[in-house]
Amino acid sequence: MAAISQPRPAVILSPYYVKQLRKFTAIALVMLFTSLIAFVYLLPFGNMVTIALRDQESLAGGPDSPILPMKQIFYEYNDGQRTQRLEVFNVPIDGEVRQLAALTKRRTSVVFIDPNNPNAEPITWQGNWRSLQPAYAFSARWENFPEAWNMINFPLLFRNTFIIAFVGMIGTLLSSISVAYAFARFPIPGKNWLFIVLIGTIILPGQVTLIPTYAFFASIGWTGTWLPLIVPHFFANAYNVFLLRQFFLTLPRELDEAAMIDGAGPFRILTHVIVPQSWAAIITVGLFHFVWAWNDYFGPLIYLLGQPDLQPISVGVQIFNFRYAPRPELVQATSLMAMLLPIFLFLLAQRFFMRGVVITGVEK
Amino acid sequence: MTSVPTPISTNPIALRTRRQASIYEQQRRWGWIFLSPWLIGFFAFTFIPIVASLIFSFTDFTLTRPDRISFVGLNNWLKLFNDPLALNALRVTIGFALLSLPVAIALPVLLAALLNSKYLLGKPFFRLLFYLPYMVPAISGIFIWQAFLNGQTGWLNRLLRLMGISEPPNWLGNEFWIGPAMVLMGVWGVGNAMLITLATLQGVPQELYDAAKVDGADAVKAFFKITLPMISPVIFYNLILSVIGLLQYFVVPYVLTRGTGNPNGAAYFFNMHLYRTAFLFQDMGYGATMAWFIFLIAIVLTIILFATSRRWVYYAGGE
Repeated sequence: MAAISQPRPAVILSPYYVKQLRKFTAIALVMLFTSLIAFVYLLPFGNMVTIALRDQESLAGGPDSPILPMKQIFYEYNDGQRTQRLEVFNVPIDGEVRQLAALTKRRTSVVFIDPNNPNAEPITWQGNWRSLQPAYAFSARWENFPEAWNMINFPLLFRNTFIIAFVGMIGTLLSSISVAYAFARFPIPGKNWLFIVLIGTIILPGQVTLIPTYAFFASIGWTGTWLPLIVPHFFANAYNVFLLRQFFLTLPRELDEAAMIDGAGPFRILTHVIVPQSWAAIITVGLFHFVWAWNDYFGPLIYLLGQPDLQPISVGVQIFNFRYAPRPELVQATSLMAMLLPIFLFLLAQRFFMRGVVITGVEK
Repeated sequence: MTSVPTPISTNPIALRTRRQASIYEQQRRWGWIFLSPWLIGFFAFTFIPIVASLIFSFTDFTLTRPDRISFVGLNNWLKLFNDPLALNALRVTIGFALLSLPVAIALPVLLAALLNSKYLLGKPFFRLLFYLPYMVPAISGIFIWQAFLNGQTGWLNRLLRLMGISEPPNWLGNEFWIGPAMVLMGVWGVGNAMLITLATLQGVPQELYDAAKVDGADAVKAFFKITLPMISPVIFYNLILSVIGLLQYFVVPYVLTRGTGNPNGAAYFFNMHLYRTAFLFQDMGYGATMAWFIFLIAIVLTIILFATSRRWVYYAGGE
């Protein structure tokens, strides 16, 4: 309609351009919205990193202190007789902002020294010094990381976590591969029902088995050791069995049968035919377990109570962070260090992770 | 079953021969052997403990004197319904579940829809970014959010102040805000649900949308009439897992409130009460009662959800 009254509408409003314009607007809107969500997602990370790099002095500044790890700049000025510690301000002079050290501060004028040229004539600036902004410089306290590392004894926590996660991973791989093989290849009576029971354990609230299991481990003297955190993984797990079974089902049976005709038994077929074709799924299950064990908090909390030398990273970091709550920079530094390995593993193997999530989630 | 005929299956009569039967028998035996780790584990760590839990709930079992266990009838169960802490914890748990379920269900769909949009550039980057927080260990995540939500110095409140809200809520110190605060923390945990939803979205046949377009449906209508029904099985799956997860909610409120559940018990979840009863006060009989109570709730909710799912979950395969 507006096109009629305007001089050059024909080109602009031709269907092609309208379409392009619409497409461009849609891209802009979707990108803007997605970036906004991504920004919100990343904010807590930013909060963590900046606190982890600040020092106690700047943190004591409270809500008014700068967000980034910054320190106010001071200039050590020697006028020939004594050394003074001068505050540096951002001073607007002649249309530019210069960083100058205040020698005398008055309500009506300030005398400045140029830190880059201290022997030059002092600069007098007209105005109230309180209206000036103090100058800050980026000043990260990287020592927070080694300090927290030593205080919490990270090598010990890493070692404990690694042993628990690694041995459990071996256990869950051996057992889950075996059980998935049984479900994928063998004529077991009532197999479908057994499989439904297996999948049903995924939605079982963990509390209901907790107390008798704990009592059982206590009665055989396993509480206070790593065994309750490791041994149960040698008895397969629904997610892992499901993922491996789905993968095994896609493998052609002809290879099994060829091996069988060549005289291979079921065990040999598993180790020589099935497993070599399934590394992708096996790596995925291994990674899932490793990250899960790294993350596990409740198990170590109850089974390793009062055993600081055996604790994994999750409980160790929690205890440390409770004790050093007044040192937020150390709390954030340990939190950062505790998440690095899982994040690194994920970035390294994100294809495996994402495909594994999709297999266990979509196909059920 | 097999695509290539083998000597075993070519002749149906041969299958009946003794030799074939013995091979079948042998295969079955191997099947049980390979299955045995799970069978043993299922009985040792799932079935027997569930039954034992139920039995414990009628006793005064405690680990400090496990030999002097005696039956107390329904005492634990009666105690549960007269225990103000337990009832409050139940209220907190249900209230929080109602608050966070909409987010746990809708946010993954929203993110997946964005990631599936043809207008989004840099999809792999955003997918990675939205999934990444899921990989952050719970303990790290809790302390990161604790700092982020800090009423004075946290970035969230600094941002809110910049936006003109002069007195933003003291998220973790106020009984009305700690629930929403934990819902916010939950947005870092939707990565899995998002990926599964995304994979399902990508599987929705394009012809459906083309047909809808021909019929004059706009994007919004297509989303509600095509996309949502097609991904309803995934929403249902997320719903079940979220409900079960919320019944077990423990680590976040426990660590965030240093085990107290404060301010004013607003973060004192049912599982925290169970943990304190069973492990701090060593009252395992009563703890088992609470565990079975949650189990019963889980069973009832699962049955209700499955029963109602027939009305709104659409299975394309008709299974």
